Parts: sequence; structure tokens; C-alpha cells
Amino acid sequence: MSKSDPNAPKRLALIASKGTLDWAYPPFILATAAGAMGWEVGVFFTFYGLTLLKPKLTAAVTPVGNPAMPMKMPFGPEGFQNINWPIPQLIMANVPGFNALATTLMKQTFENKGVASIEELRQMAIELDVRMIGCQMTMDVFGFKREDFIKECEIGGAATFLEYAADADVQLFI
Amino acid sequence: MDVLKEDQVLDCSGMLCPMPVVKATKAIKTLEVGQVLKMIATDPGAPPDMEAWSRQTGNELLRSTQEDGKFVFYIRRSK
Repeated sequence: MSKSDPNAPKRLALIASKGTLDWAYPPFILATAAGAMGWEVGVFFTFYGLTLLKPKLTAAVTPVGNPAMPMKMPFGPEGFQNINWPIPQLIMANVPGFNALATTLMKQTFENKGVASIEELRQMAIELDVRMIGCQMTMDVFGFKREDFIKECEIGGAATFLEYAADADVQLFI
Repeated sequence: MDVLKEDQVLDCSGMLCPMPVVKATKAIKTLEVGQVLKMIATDPGAPPDMEAWSRQTGNELLRSTQEDGKFVFYIRRSK
């Protein structure tokens, strides 16, 4: 399907290649914002990004090897919440359950600040007719099946995405 | 300032990007062409984003003001 009509809406083509909680946000925020502006949007979910199309989202975040991630508490007095805890990487990498804790804290912080959850943003994207393409090759590599993913997505490969992206006004790799 | 009469009010207080523009799109679609949506937001990113949203969607941003620490927008559905 080519965008030959000069009056056609603008088009955004995204590649979502990462499946952690922090990296799940940019593609869904951009997709919903563009959809809200009347743009046509397509997102190619590949490699770890493919897991963002599972019915139950389990995206987590790790501060290990992620030195730019602020370590802050989403509760208590404001001065306490503003402390950026200098926790050594060696401790964060070795304490069992630290990633689960960091994920819980990030989700709580986002909720407190009024940021929508990934589940909400994905539902918005569906309502805004964002085209979501799951990567067939990634499915084959990791042993996923079509039924492992939400029914609203389609499955395709690099050629499917590139044909769509060729006619896009904005293309981003995330 | 002229008095603007809204046909619907949308309160996006407490919401951050991209929810104000997403909610504005949903709300404006429920109006008739020519009707006015009053939108309230607290996100400091909302004023520039609503201007961009208006230019991209073609819906007319009649007024963008700040009242009592909140951002207030009047938008007319244009098409």
C-alpha cells in the first residue's frame, strides 16, 4: 500500500527493538502522540521489543549496567524522594530481587507523576489504529507462536516494515 | 479577553505526555464541527504540545492561557 495521495496524513514508522520497561515507553508515547495528531503510525516490534506484544506485559527495568538511571524512592517526604541513592553496581547486581524492586519503584514513580502505564498506552495505540507488526524472525528464534501475541498485531518481516517505512515522513529506531 | 463558550470540558490535570493530546483527540471527536472544547492541564509540556497538535490536526487553538497554575486551552473542532 503506497502513499501516493498528496493529501494523505503524515506517516510515522518506528522500530521497537527493546523490551525493558524504560525502553518500552518511547515507542508507545511517540506512537500514541502521532496517532492523536492524525498521523498514520506503524511500529515494527523486533528482537526484545517483540515481547511488548504479549497479552500480559512483564517489562522490567534493571539499574545494573545502567549508570544514568536515577535511584529514587517514590514515597516519603519530598527531600527524601529527591535523594539519588548512590548504590554500587556490585550490590545491585548481586542482591536477589533487586531488579524486581527497581521495577516496582519505577512503576510507582511513574504512576505518582501521572505517566500512563505501558498497558494503557498500548490500549490507546490500538484505539488510535496504530499498525503493530511483530517480527516473524524473532518469533522463530525465540520459539514464539502467533497465539503468544495480542490479536491486534500482525506478523511480518523486514520487507513488510521497510515497504511501510519507505513512504513514512518520520522513521525512528528505538 | 472575549468570553469563550465551551461545549465540553476536558480535565487533564495530573496527566503527563502523551495523555493530554491523546485525550484531546478523543474528546474533540465527540464534538460537532465548529463546537469548542475547553481543556485543562497541569503538564508544563502541554502548551507547546497543544500548539503542535493544533497545527497537525487542523483543529483551531482559539486560546492558550494560564490560570491558577493550570493551563487552559480552547479548541474549536475544524473538520
